[in-house]
Amino acid sequence: MKRRSARARQLINGAVTGVSTVAALLGIGALGWIIYAVISRGAAAINWTFFTALPTPPGMPGGGLSNALLGTLYITGIAAVIGIPMGLLAGVYLAEFGQHSKLGAAVRFLSNVLMGVPSIIIGLFVYTIIVLPMGHFSGWAGGVSLAIIMLPVVARTSEDMLRLVPDSLRESALALGAPRWRTTLGVVFRAAKAGLITGIVLAVARVSGETAPLLFTALNSPYKVDSLNEPTANLTVTIFNYAMSPYEDWQTLAWGASLIIMAAVLLLTILSRLTLREKKTWS
Amino acid sequence: MSASSNKHHLDDKAFRWITAAAASMVLIIVLGIFVELLRNSSLSMSTFGFDFLTSQKWNPAKGEFGAASSIYGTLVSTAIALIIAVPLSVVIALFLVELAPPRISAVVGQGIELLAAIPSIIYGMWGLFVLAPVLSKTVQPALGSALGGLPLFQGAPMGIGMLTAGIIIALMILPFITAVMRDVFRMVPGVVKESAYGMGATTWEVTRQVTIPYGVHGLAGAIFLGLGRAIGETMAVTFVIGNRHEISASLFAPGNSIASTLANEFTEAAEPLYRSALVELGLVLFGITFLMQIAAQLWLRRLKRKMAVAS
Repeated sequence: MKRRSARARQLINGAVTGVSTVAALLGIGALGWIIYAVISRGAAAINWTFFTALPTPPGMPGGGLSNALLGTLYITGIAAVIGIPMGLLAGVYLAEFGQHSKLGAAVRFLSNVLMGVPSIIIGLFVYTIIVLPMGHFSGWAGGVSLAIIMLPVVARTSEDMLRLVPDSLRESALALGAPRWRTTLGVVFRAAKAGLITGIVLAVARVSGETAPLLFTALNSPYKVDSLNEPTANLTVTIFNYAMSPYEDWQTLAWGASLIIMAAVLLLTILSRLTLREKKTWS
Repeated sequence: MSASSNKHHLDDKAFRWITAAAASMVLIIVLGIFVELLRNSSLSMSTFGFDFLTSQKWNPAKGEFGAASSIYGTLVSTAIALIIAVPLSVVIALFLVELAPPRISAVVGQGIELLAAIPSIIYGMWGLFVLAPVLSKTVQPALGSALGGLPLFQGAPMGIGMLTAGIIIALMILPFITAVMRDVFRMVPGVVKESAYGMGATTWEVTRQVTIPYGVHGLAGAIFLGLGRAIGETMAVTFVIGNRHEISASLFAPGNSIASTLANEFTEAAEPLYRSALVELGLVLFGITFLMQIAAQLWLRRLKRKMAVAS
């Protein structure tokens, strides 16, 4: 190693600290810039009619996105109803039965892979298995595609959370004569409750902001949500359609919808992270 | 007693089967994606054969489809994103692990992780309406006058195009690469670092001589992970890439990517051949990301085993 004076070494050290601080500020700055832009432009669009009125043709005042708000809630709800129980059960298998089995290893590996598959591919897949056979786009198909995205996320986080529960707890329950399923659902789940809920909330937050998987499944609609068996209005695809339109009032509505989606996703994410951290430092 | 324990036994068996069935859904879905994409792209495959991957023609009216410009755009925008995001992520991870005081490190780390929580469509809105105008007024003219001799930086600074797409993807994959690098740097045994500090090394010297050599192995895994994400990024890219089926040397020019072509054209594709060609594009994308993910998983797993042995 070359010999350098103490001063030169200190200088280099300072320079590197400076560069890395700038890099970190760049990342945080981008986050702040995005949040600021969405709030400052979106706030102008948020008023009572935004939540209560249906969309209007461009240029006609008084349009809102009540249908898209409701549609997003429905579609996310379907995804939750399918994805959460299935993900939890898969997590139970991975943590309780499949620690060393071949199936467990394969599922764990492919879950990680599936989490990295672009969400638009999931949309394409659901298009081929639901939209094509049914002959039309539907809110159901949208919900299923979001459920598929949720499944590996919920499975892997619940596996991690269930594994944190000490084996002595399982053994105590089994020794008292409880069957395995009872032990898992009544004792292990209760012990891991906070972590499981956090994982689920994070997964729901993530899919509620998804757009690409809805493009070919739920599509979008300017009408009231009467049935989930037809193209269903939703916030994210509405943002895409309105932002790409040349009409200023539609673009303003797109910013309003962006604010709602971003606020909901970030709040859910931050809240669940905070509860998880409290739990961790607590025990 | 024996009757009830028999019942227990049956219940437990059923419970085990139900959970195994739920877990198997992951396998079924991954397999199903392969089968369905193959099945639905067979028409395009038999019509164009291997030429599909190399042809630049994209003319739905004439029934001519080639994936070359979409594949090119996907690769170029991903390359730009990695060139920006990888060094930045490594430096940020070093900042978080080695340089920043613990409290600042925690806050900055959380902030960087939040970048991953922002939905893709929000990046698209911001990219199209906020970042693109800024780039076209400042960064692109500056690049054009400084490096305009290169074909990469010629042409009108429109704000939307390959470069903007790459910058946005870079921001979106930054938190993932940073998280992996941070974990890798944290795996460096404290004793080794403390010995270096004890001999009077500065923070940077410890970083360079101890932490980075340890972390290099993790870098490849982190890059694969970022690559897999970048390649499939859809909504944000669709907003800013310009959506034109043409290969252009300039990074200022509009282009397209596999994901953006799908997002823009799939619902409009009425003819079977058009639709089939788009599904084949999806198959190409799925194949690439699948391989990336597997490479990343295997690499990171091997690394963890190695680190566990070393420490």
